[in-house]
Amino acid sequence: MSSFKEAGHLFRFAGLFVFAFLVFLVVRHYVVPKSFGQYGHYRGAAIGEMAAHPVKFAGHETCEGCHTDILDVKKNGKHAHVNCEACHGALANHADDPSIKPVLPDTAALCARCHTASAAKPKGFPQVVPAEHSNGLSCETCHNPHSPAMSADSGAGGAK
Amino acid sequence: MNLSRRQMLILLPAAAVAWKSVLAGTPEESPNYKMSDHWWGMLIDIPKCIGCGNCVRACQTENNVPDGNFRTWVERYHVTDGNMVSPEVISPDGGKEGFPVAQEDAGKYFFVPKLCNQCADSPCTQVCPVGATFTTPDGVVMVDPKYCLGCAYCVQACPYGCRYIHPEKKVADKCTLCYHRITKGLTTACCEACPTGARQLVDLKNPKDPIHAFLKTHSVQVLKPQMATGAKVYYNDLDGSVR
Repeated sequence: MSSFKEAGHLFRFAGLFVFAFLVFLVVRHYVVPKSFGQYGHYRGAAIGEMAAHPVKFAGHETCEGCHTDILDVKKNGKHAHVNCEACHGALANHADDPSIKPVLPDTAALCARCHTASAAKPKGFPQVVPAEHSNGLSCETCHNPHSPAMSADSGAGGAK
Repeated sequence: MNLSRRQMLILLPAAAVAWKSVLAGTPEESPNYKMSDHWWGMLIDIPKCIGCGNCVRACQTENNVPDGNFRTWVERYHVTDGNMVSPEVISPDGGKEGFPVAQEDAGKYFFVPKLCNQCADSPCTQVCPVGATFTTPDGVVMVDPKYCLGCAYCVQACPYGCRYIHPEKKVADKCTLCYHRITKGLTTACCEACPTGARQLVDLKNPKDPIHAFLKTHSVQVLKPQMATGAKVYYNDLDGSVR
């Protein structure tokens, strides 16, 4: 029994450990975010925060909801699968508030970006040397950018 | 409301689960989106890429990527006859403003758009010391900017060079596969802006996604398959010289 009395300092030490552990649990409760470990060793709420970022490209379905006339011109032409914002740029702000008028792209630079001839481009892709091809005229003099083939109904009428 | 004991016992665990998700703070912006229904990746059709740089510019606009850093970029390969091992690769400003005109000469040219491969077993998430980067249940590798210390271990660990330290925020940054778009039913900004359909967002868990038929009938590869990263960016008709 006397030996047990001498062990008193061990109990005090053990008590200190228990107290430190409780402090650790309390601190941990407040420091670790609620969603940590929800899906794995990370903060689950970060996924929702990422998903909540604003969108800048509205998506072609949004454009087509209003601009049905352009869609009609586009859908049978060579550019049927080129999305609106590929040329017109990000326009979610215009979709949200149509009073914001987008700036029309400069066709001389825009068309050349894709269609300037280069040996590096895929062989089947339509390419021209702009200086030789148009003799200085702007592209939409002959081509409608929404349906660029030169036929009676789609070309030569200027840009639409 | 009258509940029998049986109904009460059935409802209790369900209520507990629901309450847990309330406490955890569930994503707000996409109420109809269920992570377990998706497994995202991308298909890149090399023969369709014309190197216009639309994807790079769209990505920078959509995600406020600082100049000089890239979440996606385009490389132009020039492989000359008999020199498969050291092709000439250029990517001026990430291909953002396109590429210089190439004159017809020996060898072949092609463009390789690159981005985070959204690896299923990604080395970058394994090295993070604080749990700031992770793969979401729908297969997107992400950085939690509030948790990241900016130690750049992950930047070194990525075998594809897809991460960078954001110059102002001083945290790791990378392609999120436009998570804020795909959870709303939109495609990524790069795919939206690609004029030739060379980039396509794919959902491998969607049985109706055309990717399944495509993978059966085409010669498709991932980058660095020997790294066993479980990359989910599939390249159609990828040349063996691409590193």
